[in-house]
Amino acid sequence: MRAPVARPVAVGRGRTVPVPAFLTVPSLLVCAAVLLPVVYLVVRAAGADEGVLELLLRGRTARVLLNTLLLAAAVTATSMAVAVPLAWLTARTDLPGARLWSVLAALPLVVPSYIGGFMVVTVFGPVGALQRALEPLTGLARLPDIHGFAGAWLTLTLFAYPYVLLSVRAGFRGMDPSLEEASRSLGEGEWTTFRRVTLPLLQPWIQAGALLVALYVLSDFGAVAIMRFESFTTAIYLQYQTALNRSYAAVLSLVLVALAAVVLVLGEQRGRPRFHRLGAGAKRPARVVALGRWRPVAVLFCAGVAALGVAMPVGVLAYWLAIGVQHGDALTRVLAPTARSVTASALGAGLTLLMALPIAVLSVRHGGALARFTLRVMYVSYALPGLVIALALVFFAARYAPAVYQTLGLLVFAYAVHFLPQAAGPLRSALQQVSPSQEEAARTLGRTAPDVLWTITLPLVRSGIVAAAALVFLTIMKELPATLLLSPTGFDTLATTIWTDANDGRFGRTGPPALVLLAVSSASMWLLLGQEGRRA
Amino acid sequence: MARRWIAVVTALVLTVGATGTAVGQQATITVYSGRNQALVGPLLQQYGRAGGAVQVRYGDTVQLAATIIEEGANSPADVYFAQDAGGLGYLAYTGRLRRLPESILQRVEPRFRSVDGLWVGITARARVVVYNTSRLSPRDLPASIAEFTDPKWRGRIGWAPINASFVAHVTAMRLVWGNERTKRWLEGIKANGARPFPGNAPIVAAVGAGEVDVGFVNNYYLFQFLRDRGERFPARNYMFPGGDVGNLVNVAGVGVLNTARNPEAALRFVEFLLSPEAQRYFATETFEYPLGGGIAPHPMLPPLASIQTPRVDLNYLAALDATLRLMREAGVL
Repeated sequence: MRAPVARPVAVGRGRTVPVPAFLTVPSLLVCAAVLLPVVYLVVRAAGADEGVLELLLRGRTARVLLNTLLLAAAVTATSMAVAVPLAWLTARTDLPGARLWSVLAALPLVVPSYIGGFMVVTVFGPVGALQRALEPLTGLARLPDIHGFAGAWLTLTLFAYPYVLLSVRAGFRGMDPSLEEASRSLGEGEWTTFRRVTLPLLQPWIQAGALLVALYVLSDFGAVAIMRFESFTTAIYLQYQTALNRSYAAVLSLVLVALAAVVLVLGEQRGRPRFHRLGAGAKRPARVVALGRWRPVAVLFCAGVAALGVAMPVGVLAYWLAIGVQHGDALTRVLAPTARSVTASALGAGLTLLMALPIAVLSVRHGGALARFTLRVMYVSYALPGLVIALALVFFAARYAPAVYQTLGLLVFAYAVHFLPQAAGPLRSALQQVSPSQEEAARTLGRTAPDVLWTITLPLVRSGIVAAAALVFLTIMKELPATLLLSPTGFDTLATTIWTDANDGRFGRTGPPALVLLAVSSASMWLLLGQEGRRA
Repeated sequence: MARRWIAVVTALVLTVGATGTAVGQQATITVYSGRNQALVGPLLQQYGRAGGAVQVRYGDTVQLAATIIEEGANSPADVYFAQDAGGLGYLAYTGRLRRLPESILQRVEPRFRSVDGLWVGITARARVVVYNTSRLSPRDLPASIAEFTDPKWRGRIGWAPINASFVAHVTAMRLVWGNERTKRWLEGIKANGARPFPGNAPIVAAVGAGEVDVGFVNNYYLFQFLRDRGERFPARNYMFPGGDVGNLVNVAGVGVLNTARNPEAALRFVEFLLSPEAQRYFATETFEYPLGGGIAPHPMLPPLASIQTPRVDLNYLAALDATLRLMREAGVL
């Protein structure tokens, strides 16, 4: 272990920058925090008997692993295909109602995947709403069954593509348009410029978003369970829920960790490319692309995505609400849970940002083993099912820190440990767009390193911070396993209220809290995206 | 701007802190309830109004049991209220439950409580077949669950192989039919293209929608749908005549933790759950069989005495393990 003192580190093109202790010490703490789930798994896996080998070596295990990887690849590919055009349209063009579309397009993120799965089945199931609507026309008594790979693919894409969208939008916001202008001035057309200049510049953002989607798919249980698609989390839950065998569950979770590591290596940036501008002077706002005769097509595309990702859930909820209100359910039931959800999510987003910052700065500006290691571990934890993270923190907190066990503080900490990559990803991408020379200039003028971070760097990465805050906030709003086990007793949130009723088949009752969840989340998105525009 | 945000968040934290921390008096007991808040919440509030201080953490039955085990000696839980015998067996096996006094145990028939006196059943639910009423009438349904392997049921069955209630049901089948026959039945149902669902509620929803014609479920889920959607909801429960193993009784019950801070208050709570007042609540509101004695089940339910209940709790986890192995061999897990 190297001592956490300032030491020179080689950076990209031969410069050396000392690593300040104000980065190293917090980074070490963050590293220790994200290691907790993995340590817990190792402790529990040590208790497994040799029967676990039989389980691991079954042909079925290999098939399920392959299933899971295929699903992750498919969902990631379609998410990028949907999100990159959407991000471009809402950030760079004269698309009518761009801010409205950008809020709508980010909203599917707040739909918990177990609810989203039910919705997709309600609408697209073999005898769902679509079949009933089409029956008079087609005479079909059943549609092809959506359950299985197709349903899981659709559901996860629909409710996870905003991870790429928010990340890439932030990329467009922070990008210096001068390279694109140079390309155009050299006579290249819009398309060539987009393909050869814009896309490569967006690469870290696309990659950050795609990684979040791929690992989210690995961790998801709700959608795959409802779509009856056997993925690796299903196998882990089977060990916890049905076999009551936490040692086997831990061993399988460690396999998932390995799988996540593979995804991570595949999705990692090679080398240390430069994405920031080199020229002097301030960045200008990007030119607004006139869509011209493509406007109707663009609006249609946005409307199509919003129809599936927002109108469909709201429609199903309205239907559930209609049947729920029949027996006199009051909206007042959701007031306190709403306040709790918003508080926990806001605090969670804040702490996650705070913990992501030192790691992001360290990894982008200085590199080194600590940063690399912490980044990997945090992404790996992100791919674990929420239940594993929750039980790990139950284990450590109840045994070693009983004073904070089941307090709001611990809950918020659990969120941060689980969702750190959602903040670190956009922050890292944003930092890559900021030239270190501005920071160095401030240092030579006598500013201290923390001062530079606060007054120079952070304002410059505003779009990344907003994207990070939005992602984490919306994700925490729907988080379930940690909220159930680690919150203060009696701390019902919107997500737990929805779960309680859906679990019991009382879909009618899920209407009010689910609609409030959507409404509160849209309002927060509206505010956040408003922040994005200022000074960007 | 930032200051305004901080002010908003601080205000929220203070409000939420005030609502979230609930009662902090000495005799307050903490219940970990795997039973749904919508079902048992009103009853527990009733207990609170009657002077019993109780705070409740709701969650999934097995996840809460796992939580108690991970918490170790510092567990804040005094009472564990489980949806099925699996979670109770798990805690009993890991040595986390304390023996209940005879005065409580005696109130419940021996087949509905732990042999070691570590937990006691509060209510029971029956495993039934839920069927779509626009496609089937009770006359079309077989006399035994064994007959669902008949090819005429191909593609028409929904089940939840990973659900704890179903696994308990298969365990019972093993005890009544033996391993070989149970395995053949599982293979037959699978060969009939039975669709796997993640739980009971989605099966009832799918049967109501006509996606499948029949499903193997617990009896009480249907009643929530009938309450939500009204009598027109096209699904009903079916019970086999003559004590077929297709109908089985599953127990929902409670145990008091050996680390309970307030064992006396915890026992008073258990007594309350077995009191006529609470038992009547379960009979009329959750459509379960009251096990505390003296209260009749809902008239819609067939008498409890007509349903089999093989005892499996002696070594619950060993029995469970054997069941899961059999299910794996049959290719349903």
